[in-house]
Amino acid sequence: MNIVVLSGKGGTGKTTISTNLALLLKANYIDCDVEEPNGFIFLQPENLHTKAVEVEIPKINQDKCNLCGKCAEACQFNALAKGKGKIILFEKLCHSCGTCGLVCPKEAIDFVKRPIGVIEEGNKNEILLKRGILNIGEPMAVPVLKQLLGDLPKEEINLLDSPPGTSCNVVNVLHHGDYAILVTEPTAFGLHDLKMAVELVNNLNIPHGLIINKLDEGNNYLDEYIKSEKINLLGTIPYSREIAEHYSRGETLLEIEEVKEAFSHIIQNIEEVLL
Amino acid sequence: MKIALSSKGNDLDNNMDLRFGRAEYFIIYNIENDEFQAIENKGHTASGGAGIASAQQLIEKSIDVVISGNFGPNAYDLLKDSEIKMYKGEDIPIKELIQNYKLGKLEEIKSAGPSHKGGH
Repeated sequence: MNIVVLSGKGGTGKTTISTNLALLLKANYIDCDVEEPNGFIFLQPENLHTKAVEVEIPKINQDKCNLCGKCAEACQFNALAKGKGKIILFEKLCHSCGTCGLVCPKEAIDFVKRPIGVIEEGNKNEILLKRGILNIGEPMAVPVLKQLLGDLPKEEINLLDSPPGTSCNVVNVLHHGDYAILVTEPTAFGLHDLKMAVELVNNLNIPHGLIINKLDEGNNYLDEYIKSEKINLLGTIPYSREIAEHYSRGETLLEIEEVKEAFSHIIQNIEEVLL
Repeated sequence: MKIALSSKGNDLDNNMDLRFGRAEYFIIYNIENDEFQAIENKGHTASGGAGIASAQQLIEKSIDVVISGNFGPNAYDLLKDSEIKMYKGEDIPIKELIQNYKLGKLEEIKSAGPSHKGGH
């Protein structure tokens, strides 16, 4: 069972929610925000080991190439160009589709591996902790996500801490989701991006509930929208200086009594939906 | 000798489009006989790698010189590798830029500008 934690807006508390839920549920924690994963700061994994993520890119054998340009013409991503004296590869644009190799009449194209990131895996007590890291400067996160999510334990609960936004990366994470927890904050920006996230999970037909983080009483930015869309409100986390201080020290929040209560309430509501 | 200019329109009275890869047109101007043609830039509608598509198109047209506002790193590398010289233009009519080029007033570009990689 995979539960995706997503938000639309960045900074609403995806990682705060998913790390604390993982501890309480004894669920595996998978950090899918591969451009800037930060869940490990809070969960402090042990026995960490690393595996490379590689993609295949073409390598032109200049001795066999007759500069016909068919590979460049066939490339849908403009990753190959026919220069004056040779075929030039722009490796970061390559989607590893292999079309260039198929159309080359001289068999001048081999494929070689290029590292673009790593998967780190460790544990904390009995729970599995995994994250993907995209190398700095790499534009494409999807291959890292595919490898990260390809072999999750099926019989256990996996909490997938999604990247922000509603991009391809988020969609790829949601494809692995059985249930989605949306996290928002009661601000105009939070509402704006929540609407996009709701539209996305609806489009993908993924059952979902909502957590309002940093709830400030007397602020009703979200009430009307939640009512009109009939969104299942799983619970709220209060806006508090104490929480912010714990967070800024890289600590999880379960020793704060009111937060632990809030999370227990949220878990009850999730279990009601899922069981 | 043929020069290409990234343009907002398809004749010499239009202003330059300062974006190389995403300009709608290229004006290809022949210095020897003062004739020109306008071509649609393939990069304009490319989903990614726009600068590369544009540069490739100009290489195929056997261009010697390109004038635009700014060249991204991929387009710059490809044009440089194909021995096409790049000059810095500005947001003024194409015909004035051609005049300035003929008078040797344009500055040659010798490094790539910032990239504009689109997110997904």
